[in-house]
Amino acid sequence: MTGSENTAPESRSARVLREIASGGVALTVLSVILAFVIGGILIAATDPTVQQTAGYFFARPTDMLSAVWQSVSGAYASLFRGGVYDFTAPDFQGGIVSLLSSLNYATPLIAAGLGIAIGFRTGVFNIGGQGQMLIGATAAGWVGFALPLPAGIHLIVAIIAGLLGGMVWAGIVGLLKARTGAHEVIVTIMMNYIALYLLQFLLHTPVLRAPGSQNPQTPAEKPTALLFSVFGPNYDLSFGFVLVVAATIGCWWLLSRSSLGFKLRAVGENPRAARVAGINVNRTIVYAMALSGLLVGLAGVYQVLGQNTTGFGSDIDAGIGFNAITVTLLGRSRPWGVFAAGIVFGILQAGSNTMQVAQGVDIDIVTVIQSIIVLFIAAPPLVRAIFRLPAPGSRPRAARSKKVAEAK
Amino acid sequence: MSITSKRVVLGGLAVASAVALLAGCASAPKSGTTTAKSSYLPCVIGDTGGFTDHSFNQLALDGVVKAANKIGSSYKKLQAKSANDYASGITSLIGEKCNIIAAPGFNFIASVKAAATANPKTNFAMIDDNSINLPNVKDIVFETDEAAFLGGYAAASYSKSGVVATWGGAEYPSVTIYMDGIADGIKYYNQQKGKNVKLLGWDVATQKGTFIGNFTDQNQAKTVTQNFLDQKADVVIPVAGSLYQGAAAAITGSNSSAVLEGVDADLYNTDPTYKSLFLLSILKKVDQASTDVVEAAASSKTFDNTTYVGTLKNGGVGISDFHDYASKVDPGLAGELATIKAGIIDGSIKVESPATFNK
Repeated sequence: MTGSENTAPESRSARVLREIASGGVALTVLSVILAFVIGGILIAATDPTVQQTAGYFFARPTDMLSAVWQSVSGAYASLFRGGVYDFTAPDFQGGIVSLLSSLNYATPLIAAGLGIAIGFRTGVFNIGGQGQMLIGATAAGWVGFALPLPAGIHLIVAIIAGLLGGMVWAGIVGLLKARTGAHEVIVTIMMNYIALYLLQFLLHTPVLRAPGSQNPQTPAEKPTALLFSVFGPNYDLSFGFVLVVAATIGCWWLLSRSSLGFKLRAVGENPRAARVAGINVNRTIVYAMALSGLLVGLAGVYQVLGQNTTGFGSDIDAGIGFNAITVTLLGRSRPWGVFAAGIVFGILQAGSNTMQVAQGVDIDIVTVIQSIIVLFIAAPPLVRAIFRLPAPGSRPRAARSKKVAEAK
Repeated sequence: MSITSKRVVLGGLAVASAVALLAGCASAPKSGTTTAKSSYLPCVIGDTGGFTDHSFNQLALDGVVKAANKIGSSYKKLQAKSANDYASGITSLIGEKCNIIAAPGFNFIASVKAAATANPKTNFAMIDDNSINLPNVKDIVFETDEAAFLGGYAAASYSKSGVVATWGGAEYPSVTIYMDGIADGIKYYNQQKGKNVKLLGWDVATQKGTFIGNFTDQNQAKTVTQNFLDQKADVVIPVAGSLYQGAAAAITGSNSSAVLEGVDADLYNTDPTYKSLFLLSILKKVDQASTDVVEAAASSKTFDNTTYVGTLKNGGVGISDFHDYASKVDPGLAGELATIKAGIIDGSIKVESPATFNK
């Protein structure tokens, strides 16, 4: 215990993270299903027709039942239509637009989620996604609209600038933690504010503000710096998605095949044991934060060069810095888990627009569904109790499948 | 353990069904559905401020709903959750076959421009901007400084301490244009009456002032307002959407006799919770403008894309009644305001703001 400044809270947070990560795939899927069930109840309860027909339920119950069915099935059908495949579209090209749009929504969530996951696996909570994204986006965006560079090189320079921006912003936190023991949760949150107000300030100066405009927005990115569409203009899937697939493979390799990844995981599992084993814990934490920031910076790059290419304001992070934490939890801090979770959230986001427009479902319902998913994932015993799943590792029965447990 | 939890669940169900039993006893209405008379579909998109912001998002929605009721059609609305939804939200609305889409605020300029170019058959009403010049986009802008001039004059007249304060949500042109008008109105009052009423929170010459940095932080709004109250301000004009609530909390919390001026909507009507605090509201009639534009677009074959400019002259901007304060303001004030209004309309009183849209 002596000499190590924050071993106790570290090991506790690491244990919580490990417990969250140790749940099975079944638990995750069940959490999502439960969240959709509760979401359905909320959709029905907030539907004006349901409320109206509930008033005379006993006089004519079919009215309310059909209203419930219509609101819930309509809402989830439109979620599918907007997020996966638009079955009302005349051709495949029109139908698949929904899925492509979901993948584009998912791209920054996956990138930032991978970053957060690397932090989690090392036992550090990176809550500073917002700040790292803003700095990454500002760096990449500035290169994108201000520097006249030839096509190809321009994009590469802009991406590198964005990655470095995020890496430096998170690296500062890693250094502070390693050198002074400053808790990363506090510091990353504070760095969020610094990044936000720095960007807001710059948006009122000629550095970032579009010339001839009074609005706090940058000029549009130059076409040479844009993340192009992989399959051409008719099937709009950004090259950014290819980048996050590569990043996912990279993270998987890093965490499960490389020696640095082993060190990261060792520190995450038990920093004291890692230190005894000869791993430089402080240096590993700095590496983890820097890598984390680099990946979050990629999300920022995508935001300015892929998603909002017509100029950005101080809301360019789009809440992804925080949503990515949810994605990471859902993905249980595993690279491919984060990838899948990011796509689920991308579908929810793209589909919620259609759900809102076509069915008039309140926009907050989707946020509620997302939050409930997290709630269930963070509380595995609750989900186990609901579905009568055995606790992992408690008895030999734990190996038995869910079917057996349910059949009892 | 499981027996008790079962009991709890059963008990809960019993209570819930009892409630449902009581709530569900009304008699069924006659069946028969009302169908929309017109197939014209007006739509509105809101930014992250939300449709309950007591400000321009809400007013834009109100305007579209009113227009839909008048022409007997349904309407669609979509609120963006983040910057990523601006473009894709408009795409979703186009996918729902909207005929006209109203988009409030500069956040939507780029997305509206791109969508309007790609979808020449869909019309757009771009509120608070006139930089888009396309046949299917109608720009809607407001000479808000004209109305704010009247609001500033009234504030200076009402103030007993001789200190008026204003602050903004964020440094947007649509915000600072209010603050410029308020400053000019106070200056005019001082010239006319030989007084020296001070304005805190905004300097026209340097275009610098007090801003919260967003439109959501009520605590910060309360703190900023409290600071101004401590500096003896007795009229506070928050130009920040729903953040007037934080300002109201500061006033009621400190038992101050200070009053507020609302902006955009007549907050005396839209938020009765704080109605006793509102001296008046400076109105930017986004609702009226969007109703007019949608109605005109629905009834005519060709889309009129000439820019709509809301002014004191055409009633697009203005000030509300004094409501509860009618008996407390200077008896001559209403007459003076009418004279000033006439002066602004005929051009003898100049109101200028660097934040005005490009003419």
